Amino acid sequence: MKNHPLHKEPHLKHGHHRHHHGDYKKKILLVGNPNVGKSVIFSRLTGVGVIASNYPGTTVEFTAGAMGSGDMKMQVIDVPGTYSLLPSNPAEQVAVKMIKQSAEEKNSIIVNVIDATNLERNLNLTLQLLKMNIPVVVALNLWDEAKHIGIHIKVERLESILGVKVIPTVAVTGEGIKELVTHFDDACKGECTIEDTERWHEIGRIIEEVQTITHKHHTFGERLSDLTIHPWTGLPIAVVILFVLFFVIRFIGEGLITLIVNPVFDRLWYPLMMKVSGLLKGYTFLHTLLIGQLIDGKIDFGQSFGVLTTGLYVPLGAVLPYIVAFYLILSFLEDSGYLPRLAVLIDKTLHMIGLHGLAIVPMLLACGCNVPGVLATRMLETKRERFIAAILMSISIPCMAQTAMIFGLLGKYGPLGIFPVYITLFAIWIIAGVLMRVLVKGESPEIFTEIPPYRFPHPHTLLKKVWMRIHWFLHEAVPFVLAGVILVNILYTLGVISFIGKLTGPFITTLLGLPPEAVGALIVGFMRKDIAVGMLAPLGLSLKQLIITSVMLTMYFPCVATFAVLLRELGIIDLLKAALIMVLSATVVGVLLNIIL
Amino acid sequence: MPEKEKKEFMTIVDLAELKAGMTGTITNIDGGHGITNRLDAMGIRCGIKVTKLSGQFMRGPVIIKVGKTQIAIGYGMAKKVLVQVG
Repeated sequence: MKNHPLHKEPHLKHGHHRHHHGDYKKKILLVGNPNVGKSVIFSRLTGVGVIASNYPGTTVEFTAGAMGSGDMKMQVIDVPGTYSLLPSNPAEQVAVKMIKQSAEEKNSIIVNVIDATNLERNLNLTLQLLKMNIPVVVALNLWDEAKHIGIHIKVERLESILGVKVIPTVAVTGEGIKELVTHFDDACKGECTIEDTERWHEIGRIIEEVQTITHKHHTFGERLSDLTIHPWTGLPIAVVILFVLFFVIRFIGEGLITLIVNPVFDRLWYPLMMKVSGLLKGYTFLHTLLIGQLIDGKIDFGQSFGVLTTGLYVPLGAVLPYIVAFYLILSFLEDSGYLPRLAVLIDKTLHMIGLHGLAIVPMLLACGCNVPGVLATRMLETKRERFIAAILMSISIPCMAQTAMIFGLLGKYGPLGIFPVYITLFAIWIIAGVLMRVLVKGESPEIFTEIPPYRFPHPHTLLKKVWMRIHWFLHEAVPFVLAGVILVNILYTLGVISFIGKLTGPFITTLLGLPPEAVGALIVGFMRKDIAVGMLAPLGLSLKQLIITSVMLTMYFPCVATFAVLLRELGIIDLLKAALIMVLSATVVGVLLNIIL
Repeated sequence: MPEKEKKEFMTIVDLAELKAGMTGTITNIDGGHGITNRLDAMGIRCGIKVTKLSGQFMRGPVIIKVGKTQIAIGYGMAKKVLVQVG
């Protein structure tokens, strides 16, 4: 997945933008306010999948793609949304920097995507763009929604006032996109000479001339909006929604496992692997590596620990179904526009831990996988907030792989096993958050966000987004699992793990109350948490030991992939601080649990 | 403005004090450049009408409507935006 935003990111940070100026006839920048549909238009133009949601700030870094072919090849860039050319968070800084850079290049044009339902506010950026020395075409997006709510815009009039081409579009259905493309060639520079102080005045005049609003009754969406954001009704609704989500995710996840995953592994993969096992009988090391240990003469996908058995089963059989379920549901929430409302409801609570309500978005994303969670912290304004949010999710928010691990280890005890782990993690989230609010220097601004109207998620966009996230998981997580399994087998064969076990034994046994063998699992946990289960299962740990191990495994270190992203986002110094916090807090909590339980 | 006098006129209040459902015209934004710019970028500035939709418990965010847009704004920021009721 070459064009996934995550892969573009390093080029951005290190300043090596992958702009092959020579290869492209034109460079097209999609610029506009947050949440107006730039990413959907990008997807339409390039065929490249990017994540789009119904809340401001989904795109936190630029994504580049290509359209056309041969001599006509153009580079298209999805620029993070910004309300003005005076940036207020890192995502907006990226946007403004890119626009200013492009203004100096001859072959760049800006496609200014504006929200037809919100013409006045959107024109603020448009007029600023028209003052830059760069050709502009305007895409008047959400055209259908504007008509639906009774907003009529005289497009020709708007064109002649702005002096640039204006094309009505409906990005999610593709309406108007072809026409938009035909006007890339005749994009022209605006002739805007309005002073900054006069801008709103001018916009007022434009609006009066081009827009008429016929009053419509409250739509169902508006009523729903009021109910879900008003504290008396909103809080109970939020609780219900989160509960329902939890059960739906479990239902879908378990359904996928019993209906698809288990039959495939049991009926197809198992017989095949037993045959392979037979063939490899003479080659002990190869057998250990690929198939692992036979348990009572049989392969156990959870505990055998071969690359082809446990290595494939854990990511694909145990974690993937829940990842699918989780992102399906979360994406639905994102596209509907519920998240900013949840952010408002939970704002006060998040202030306790030095953040504001919008931080709920990265936190929720992290429940699926910490990597997109850490990346999404860029929608927060200050360095302090991003540091706090990144650390909290690394130590106390279990990703789907960690959740699968916790359920795998403790599921047989039911709530008695599961609850202590989650309650501990939640307490850590609060305590560590409060401590960091007090100790970490810097500012945490207040929430200030647009509340988008509810929209019914467009199935195509939604499924594409879910697919991208699954694809990402398959590409990023599975290799780590396989590498982890190989590493463990090699370390075991060489006796390294038992050596470290002996070395750290006294600490592990006296302070944490765990057997020295558990150290193997803790080492594997650096790579992936989910495969540690297979190593702990045969140790016959008690309930208390399992709870301590689960909490420790979640806390002491995020997986390698998350660690790499943290390095990029926080820089080496803050990462070292973060690592120190992780190790210290994990040790303290582990020891405390050993004393309390 | 002294507290007493304020009560008597009650025409100018800040967004945090404004009752839910009421509309007012912004008369003053009592903040530095940063805040004024951020509000301005979203179309919140002197002379425009805003309607307060709701406020959260315990000095939580205030929801206002400006034109067709709903915006959530922190309590502290809401305190800095003064409106003339009506």
